[in-house]
Amino acid sequence: MENASTKFEIDKLNLFYGSFQALIDIDMTIYTNKITALIGPSGCGKSTFIRTLNRMNDLILGVKTTGLVKFDEMDIYAVDYDVINLRKKVGMVFQKPNPFPKTIFENIVYGPKVHGEKNRDKLQEIVEKTLKEVALWEEVKDRLHKPALGLSGGQQQRLCIARCLAVEPEVILMDEPTSALDPVATSKIESLLEELVEKYTIVIVTHNMQQAGRVSDYTSFFLSGKVLETDKTEIIFSNPTNKKTEEYITGRFG
Amino acid sequence: MIKKIKQGAFYGSIGLLAFLVMISLLSIMGYILFNGVGHINLEFLTKEPRSMGREGGIFSVIIGTLILTLFSVLIATPIGVAAAIFFTEYSAGKKWVGPIRFFTEILAGIPSIIFGLFGFAFFVIFLGLGWSILSGGLTLAIMILPTLIRATEESLKTVPMSYREGSLSLGATKLQTITRVIIPSCLPGILTGIILGVGRAIGETAAVMLTAGSNLRMPTSLLDSTRTMSVHLYTLASEGISLEKTFATASLLIIIVLIINTAANAITSKYIIKS
Ligand SMILES: Nc1ncnc2c1ncn2[C@@H]1O[C@H](COP(=O)(O)OP(=O)(O)OP(=O)(O)O)[C@@H](O)[C@H]1O
Ligand SMILES: [Mg+2]
Repeated sequence: MENASTKFEIDKLNLFYGSFQALIDIDMTIYTNKITALIGPSGCGKSTFIRTLNRMNDLILGVKTTGLVKFDEMDIYAVDYDVINLRKKVGMVFQKPNPFPKTIFENIVYGPKVHGEKNRDKLQEIVEKTLKEVALWEEVKDRLHKPALGLSGGQQQRLCIARCLAVEPEVILMDEPTSALDPVATSKIESLLEELVEKYTIVIVTHNMQQAGRVSDYTSFFLSGKVLETDKTEIIFSNPTNKKTEEYITGRFG
Repeated sequence: MIKKIKQGAFYGSIGLLAFLVMISLLSIMGYILFNGVGHINLEFLTKEPRSMGREGGIFSVIIGTLILTLFSVLIATPIGVAAAIFFTEYSAGKKWVGPIRFFTEILAGIPSIIFGLFGFAFFVIFLGLGWSILSGGLTLAIMILPTLIRATEESLKTVPMSYREGSLSLGATKLQTITRVIIPSCLPGILTGIILGVGRAIGETAAVMLTAGSNLRMPTSLLDSTRTMSVHLYTLASEGISLEKTFATASLLIIIVLIINTAANAITSKYIIKS
């Protein structure tokens, strides 16, 4: 991990929902062009953590964050930090596919349009490029102007990934992107991740140990708001330092 | 067995009640249309009233009704939608929202004559706008505002959080999220609010008489007094001017309301299919 460059550097991150502390002294490094998997039992703070990386928790009333989250060396919680620009560079794919109630085309060009792209040809090009990237082009090229909500769950999720790619982010955050999908759709998205990581930095929350093992380069194990262990995935899965980590990945609790 | 009988009796009586309601509504409408539609003809639709409405048509009254209603809706809609957006999207956790919302709900239930009195005192007298489309339209706008705000708020609340998150996560600003995702997806709800408002405005009598007057001539500016169909209907009936024209006016009013509703429904469903 020495020669990989870092995208996010997290230092003593604490997060409170009102008086409840959901994240406790989190230190973590997220490396460029790698897949980092976040694992841990339900309620341990994985979603909360991944949402601190694009400041999505700002939407929730009464959230207080302390500590440092540095993205490209900049403290994203600094008062004058440009959150819009952060979210442009750090895209997110949610657990439940959430396409807008618009056409497939309009879903994908939403981000580019919001950021000022008006050229029709350029937008068309973006749609084709991103849909090809997520291997959805062949399936939907004849119905680009039909409602996105008419797609299957797996197709919707790939559409959401394409919508995220259309903004040309540097990082993609994924919170259990395949938990609502069947095994076929899941494996399509997994192989997609392997291609995407060439160009993007990926952070993925998953409850599926095989998935974490298969796709990720690094794995962090969360428990009760703390990160118990972070390491290369093969080390976490073959020779974890922490007893709890081992118990969790071998399925003895969680 | 007993349970079954009880259930049967329950459904039976509910069905009967629903049937009675339907029948009485239909017979009221039927009675008015039966007595009125025959008297609606080209003259009635295109000529202005003569001798207080006993003769001629109600062209100026139709125009007055449409202008007044349209004017009030045009004023109320942007304000109402903006207020609803402000309440739901911009004031989360603020303490003063509760009381304001409570006040809005009370306003929705206040008798319209109170709004009429306010409009009379404020627009007609104090601002010196006189009996006019302007005074009447502004009064009606205030009157339908609470309905509009509530309908819009309700539909804003049904927009899933995931749409907001999706939009913001792509780097959209809050304003872009509202105008490009949230408002489009609650357009049907806003439209419902507008229809309810139109219904209330078009059927209003007392408040309109107090603020827009009851001039039978064709209005030529917003500062002219005008007479709406509801006011005309009231005058014709209460002064016993012409039963024929009363029923004809009532029928036309029903027909116009039906047309507005159908059109709005068509727009809504077309919109829903498109998205
Ligand atoms: N909006 C909120 N307000 C208050 N507490 C919250 C909120 N969201 C999450 N929590 C709490 O914070 C803790 C961490 O939740 P989080 O959703 O991050 O867990 P998770 O690891 O993603 O769980 P899962 O695997 O079930 O998705 C939980 O105890 C949860 O109850
Ligand atoms: Mg979660």
